[in-house]
Amino acid sequence: MNQLLAAGNGDSGGLHFPSIESLLEWPGFLFEGNTYFELNKVGLIYLFAMAAPLLIFFLASRKSSLVPRGVQTVAESSVDFVRENVVMQTMGPDGMKFMPFLLSLFFFIFFANITEVIPFIQFPANSRMAAPALLAIIVWFVFNAVGIKSQGFFSYFKNTVIPPGVPGALLPLVAVIEFVSTFLVRPFSLAVRLFANMLAGHLLLVTFAVLCENLWAKNILVSIIWAPFVVLIGLTGFEILVAFLQAFIFTILTAVYIGGALHPEH
Amino acid sequence: MIDLLAQADNALDGLKAVGAGLGYGLAAIGPGVGIGLVVGNAITAMARQPESAGMVRTTMFLGIAFTEALALIGFVVFILLNFA
Repeated sequence: MNQLLAAGNGDSGGLHFPSIESLLEWPGFLFEGNTYFELNKVGLIYLFAMAAPLLIFFLASRKSSLVPRGVQTVAESSVDFVRENVVMQTMGPDGMKFMPFLLSLFFFIFFANITEVIPFIQFPANSRMAAPALLAIIVWFVFNAVGIKSQGFFSYFKNTVIPPGVPGALLPLVAVIEFVSTFLVRPFSLAVRLFANMLAGHLLLVTFAVLCENLWAKNILVSIIWAPFVVLIGLTGFEILVAFLQAFIFTILTAVYIGGALHPEH
Repeated sequence: MIDLLAQADNALDGLKAVGAGLGYGLAAIGPGVGIGLVVGNAITAMARQPESAGMVRTTMFLGIAFTEALALIGFVVFILLNFA
């Protein structure tokens, strides 16, 4: 793509769009070489996403008072949000024992996403496939383990693959579709949804930032150059919404899957 | 002969780009209509029964997530064809 743009504009002074490798691949800067401890920007963002919720909840619980103030308000309202909007809506009171799991999922994904719009970081760690895929695999193991534990292996498998009220002639077809959609498509779509949303957002922001930069470099007085900047600001606000929404959707789908394994349909 | 092969290679690259663009555009049609239907009906439901708005909103997000996945797979195919 950048070859095309460079060819169209001539090599000097044309619109230079950075290659996708330079947008997504970060060199390691700590413990370099082929070690498992090599750190790059993405790894650092994951460490941040792990440490930030820990810090918030540690600070909130250290000086807890009956009337919440400051960071305690944040912690309590987020716990309340996940309980009312995720657990109660999908699993009911039975699901409260999965609350810590869902809350940590929500916070990890949210903090790994929100770095997309934080100045000087500006990279959503979830736009690399590794973490979404790992999280989806963890969710796959959790909901299957919950189903096997609460219903037994064979009845869980039977309840999942054979939905109630299907006429006999359609059964083979429906069973295959249900098997594929539950055990294969679910983790795949869970991972791809998070990954592709963050990647698309990142590329969108980069595109408009590059446009702004190039137009500004050309001539700051042209009034139309403000258009991409306005769009960039609008998109930044939109990406904050997307970062939150994707964390919420990942959490609520996890809750739906666990709820389905916990209470089979009759 | 080598010239011809190089031309064919260029043409293949061009076809890839066209295919990627068309593929993303086509993949976005269905989910666009689908998300419109989901949200429109959710708004109707919320307007008729404001007391059930919370439940409807949660289900709406679920529906959007499932519908949107198709468009996102189209986007991933676009990225793979163009850059991988």
